[in-house]
Amino acid sequence: MSIKGGVHQDLIHDSAAKHVSGRAEYTDDILEPVGTLHAYLGFSTVAHGRITSIDLSAVRAAPGVVEVITADDLPGENDVSANGMHDEPLFATDEVLFWGQPLFAVVAETRDAARRAAALAEVSYDTLPHATDIAASRAAGAPLVTPPLTLKRGAVKPAMAAAPHRIKGQMEIGGQDHFYLEGQLSLAIPGEDEDVRIFCSTQHPTEVQHVVAHALGVPAHSVTVTVRRMGGGFGGKETQMNAFAVIAAVAAKRLNRPVKLRLDRDDDMSSTGKRHDFLAEYEVGFDDEGRILAVDGDFFARCGFCSDLSGPVTDRALFHADNAYFYPDVELRSHPLMTHTVSNTAFRGFGGPQGLIVAERIVEEIAYHLGRDALEVRRANFYGPGRDLTPYHQQVTDNIMAEVVDELVATSNYAARRQAVLDWNAKGGIIRKGIALTPVKFGISFTATWFNQAGALVHVYSDGSIQVNHGGTEMGQGLHTKVAQVVAEAFQVDIDRVKITATTTDKVPNTSATAASSGTDLNGMAALNACEAIKARLAAWAADKAGLPAEAVVFGTEGVSVGDKVTDWAKFIGAAYMDRVQLSATGFYKTPEIHWNRDTGQGRPFYYFAYGASVSEVSVDTLTGEYRVERTDILHDVGKSLNPAIDLGQVEGAFVQGMGWLTTEELWWDDKGRLRTHAPSTYKIPVASDIPREFNVKLASWSENREPTIKRSKAVGEPPFMLAVSVLEALNMAVASLDGYANCPKLDTPATPERVLMACEALRSAPAPAKVLEIGE
Amino acid sequence: MAHRTRLTFLLNDREIALDAVGASDTLLDFLRLDRRLTGTKEGCAEGDCGACTVLVGRLGPQGLVYESVNACIRFLASVDRCHVVTIEHLRGADGGLHPVQQAMVDFHGAQCGFCTPGIVMSLYALWMATPKPSTADVETALQGNLCRCTGYAPIIRAAQNWGGGQSADPLAAERDSVIASLTAMGSDRVELAKNGERVILPASADDLAEVLVAEPKATVIAGATDVGLWVTKHLRPISPAVFIGHLNDLKGIEEVDGALRIGAGVTYTEAEGAILVRWPHLAAYWNRIGGWQVRNAGTIGGNVANGSPIGDTPPVLIALDARVVLRKGTTRRSLPLQEYFIAYGKQDRAPGEFVERIDIPLPAAGQVHAAYKISKRRDEDISTVAMGIRLTLDDGKITKARIVLGGMAGVPKRASTVEAALIGQPLTEDALVAAAARLGEDVQPLSDWRGSAEYRMIVARNLLRRFALEQTGTLEEVGA
Repeated sequence: MSIKGGVHQDLIHDSAAKHVSGRAEYTDDILEPVGTLHAYLGFSTVAHGRITSIDLSAVRAAPGVVEVITADDLPGENDVSANGMHDEPLFATDEVLFWGQPLFAVVAETRDAARRAAALAEVSYDTLPHATDIAASRAAGAPLVTPPLTLKRGAVKPAMAAAPHRIKGQMEIGGQDHFYLEGQLSLAIPGEDEDVRIFCSTQHPTEVQHVVAHALGVPAHSVTVTVRRMGGGFGGKETQMNAFAVIAAVAAKRLNRPVKLRLDRDDDMSSTGKRHDFLAEYEVGFDDEGRILAVDGDFFARCGFCSDLSGPVTDRALFHADNAYFYPDVELRSHPLMTHTVSNTAFRGFGGPQGLIVAERIVEEIAYHLGRDALEVRRANFYGPGRDLTPYHQQVTDNIMAEVVDELVATSNYAARRQAVLDWNAKGGIIRKGIALTPVKFGISFTATWFNQAGALVHVYSDGSIQVNHGGTEMGQGLHTKVAQVVAEAFQVDIDRVKITATTTDKVPNTSATAASSGTDLNGMAALNACEAIKARLAAWAADKAGLPAEAVVFGTEGVSVGDKVTDWAKFIGAAYMDRVQLSATGFYKTPEIHWNRDTGQGRPFYYFAYGASVSEVSVDTLTGEYRVERTDILHDVGKSLNPAIDLGQVEGAFVQGMGWLTTEELWWDDKGRLRTHAPSTYKIPVASDIPREFNVKLASWSENREPTIKRSKAVGEPPFMLAVSVLEALNMAVASLDGYANCPKLDTPATPERVLMACEALRSAPAPAKVLEIGE
Repeated sequence: MAHRTRLTFLLNDREIALDAVGASDTLLDFLRLDRRLTGTKEGCAEGDCGACTVLVGRLGPQGLVYESVNACIRFLASVDRCHVVTIEHLRGADGGLHPVQQAMVDFHGAQCGFCTPGIVMSLYALWMATPKPSTADVETALQGNLCRCTGYAPIIRAAQNWGGGQSADPLAAERDSVIASLTAMGSDRVELAKNGERVILPASADDLAEVLVAEPKATVIAGATDVGLWVTKHLRPISPAVFIGHLNDLKGIEEVDGALRIGAGVTYTEAEGAILVRWPHLAAYWNRIGGWQVRNAGTIGGNVANGSPIGDTPPVLIALDARVVLRKGTTRRSLPLQEYFIAYGKQDRAPGEFVERIDIPLPAAGQVHAAYKISKRRDEDISTVAMGIRLTLDDGKITKARIVLGGMAGVPKRASTVEAALIGQPLTEDALVAAAARLGEDVQPLSDWRGSAEYRMIVARNLLRRFALEQTGTLEEVGA
């Protein structure tokens, strides 16, 4: 017999019944205190310019308006940057740096009144030249928002020169809006002294606390930030909520009334950061077998007007520009470019996908050049014993990539299906097909080493019920469920006894963002640590009472046994309470082994790697560029899964989100520097009919984390996002069939129907197969 | 004329009566702010994400029919004499979770949960009508629901494994009492006001004609799938607002004098059966108009009346040589739909005049048809290029050609040069490709976020080629 809801079990999400019945409470659903006011923002309407005048009299005079707040009204600094670079003003005061930059806030009796009032501002500008994309930024001198990074090993120049084949290429990689279904919002409630309590949809309550304290000019202890759940985050609520929380808090303290700020979707999409677009320029040297000898790459990123998280994002792009492949000699350089756009930010994968996809493009280019199946080239280049040093000098020790790929090749019937695709295309019809297998290796840990810590607070109440709090936030990923499983397992009680409460900075302080896929790794361990502390006290007490050694106390499914005597959990706890045993404990965890020196570009930034692979098959209408993903097979490694049902959901969801990034999700700025795809009517995330017609997703059930992580599981949030690269590569193959696979079509992303059709047209109008990029022969 | 000055409707199990209702008040704000029914979420406020999906039951020509709609762009005034059903009303026959909810729990269909109430409501509408849905049925039901977490696969699994019990469903059990309550609310004209905004719900089409003569500047609103955004996104005043979606005498679908007459208040969903049985080539096209909620609310009349160059129905209706009947007071005039569209933002509709119906000539021998929609995403997207084609053949030669493009100009546009080039030609790939080469003489499309001018032109030409390949049976099926 085992407990209900222990680890390694399929368990439904702890809020599932509330989700489906509309009873799950999100920040906008919290009952507003009497007197709650609503704030809204006025936004800039130029991409770059100097404010010559700003007249807010009509705003102030509008019906229902209570207050207008400008930069002059801020008690602390006009800055919401979280990284200490002081480069992110809350309100633009002189120079406007992107279209949609906040200029002021208006507070009114209703949200509708505040929105209508905000639109009445009269602002005039002297417009200045703007650079909204990477090319324009480079042409304008390539200003950087944060110091770049170089990763190097060996001597790339001589290795490249000596390589039998060399290819130079470039790839444009589009950005992505998070499109969390619940937009950004905060509710601030003023308290006594300097106190303010904030309910905020955020992945990083501690950062909200710090930024609000900074803006109010008060100590962190005065600010409490709480979030029970988010309606999706995906990285978009790691820093992007800061400005809205600050405005609500400043207004609440100024007016001594609760203030809520919730953005309209269009304003949310226009004024919050997204996944970074990249332009990669690469050169690869390789031998006749497709074995990579040298890689040289530049990674230019559209960072937006300030640094935000662009430093670590562009770093992580470089960390994943090898994906699963050994580069004997390598040099990779990041270029975090300043652009007149909203500051780009964290998004599932955090730059990793943009680096990884370049590795896959390089492999593809080699394969087309040599006329081989890209899978052969992949296998020839996997890390393995003796070929196991990454460009950042971390040794890859587990090397299960080949095992994952081999299993998937077999279960997906890859070889026969590839042949069928080739045969189909050989008929020369309008509909072309493509199939591709792409791998993922993703490094787990924050590269900012100090973030790899977590705290938890576990209370056992005298009736035997257990309340758990930890620093992680719930955004749908099932973190609270997994942590509750860990706690249930530790005490050997049914999970019904365990309740996880809202994440709040006054229960567990100094938390890290729930990000980098680390939520369960860190907080699960911290919670376990707290449980073990309580168990040790209980064991010592019970053993002492029975005159037995502490080892005689066993927490079992039937209750707690002390020697031969088994006591029901609730009775046991009741007795412990009566005997004055402390039944509450904090827990703490920090990831061991990791270190990273950014100056030398060397270290062990990652505790371990997560792996996966996918095979996708597509059909392309070469007259319109429209396509369908016919089938996708996935095998993904989550170590020894804490909850296979939840992990499977993460893998499926991440794949589809990745597919959206690479296919239909297009960010489009007009020539005035205004984002025009700022709502779901114009920005197209996948819908149900877009997912693969056949979708087979499996976890690698044999896998176990070699590192002693929580129950030997592995992180799952981000790695499967990159499994979608197989869709892009399959599209490439379908297009390539138009000229007999002589050229790699090199689709940029997102591969919209338009890009696919234009790639078809380019091949159709090409005079003859030509290897214009080959320079080594 | 006798009229009521109070909005009355059923909300879940309660009767609601409101004296003060503004033109721009939305159903969603009423639910969330006034009633604190917070299970219904706002995700986008433009009818695209479906997080606000509720059911609205209305006594129409077919009796009481419940449909899924977006509460964010549904005006509160338009639910007069309706039964609004929100997620809070949903439960199983035993009072516990409904079979749809239980399946969503069992199959892990929710992650963050924010889209979930809307998805459950869409699935509930599907469950009532289609107890054993195919994957395609589920995908259609979810066209207007975005989920960013799950990748939809577990939701589709849930829908294919849910329990039954339709006859014991609470909504079925209370059906008679709902009908009685709604009937008792009376069908007089309703006039409402709040903060200087005015709302009129005419009692009939004749009453509507009278109202518009008196209020020629009124905003006429049927499904609000467009006007809703004027309010939620552009904060535009729409008062006085005249609602027509409830008028059963604008919901006629009948064959008269060799044409199918479709009343201006007929929604895409209501028209679907009558359209597809006569013009089966529109099946795939019809399914791609908006999402399910939008097709349940939006009307063909509204799609025509608002004059948008990217409306989905005008290109295919003009290809079918449809006419529009406009009415002012008791005067009616009929003109070819093509002539209704004068220029971008300008239509042949006088103040006080309204679109009463659309007449579509029935198919005739010798005609071949096609309709195409190209968009970035297959479902619930706006056309990058839309095309309606009707060719008439006699003895293997094209004698008449109607090729109409959407998204390529400021109005739905006939490709007259291409049409002329086809007259006398056989329906072959060569003939279509040759004629398509002259498309640049008919349209000069713009570049925008939906596609570049170049892409639009290539696609439009290729669609003519595709049409020939389909007609000559030489195009392979995707997925074959």
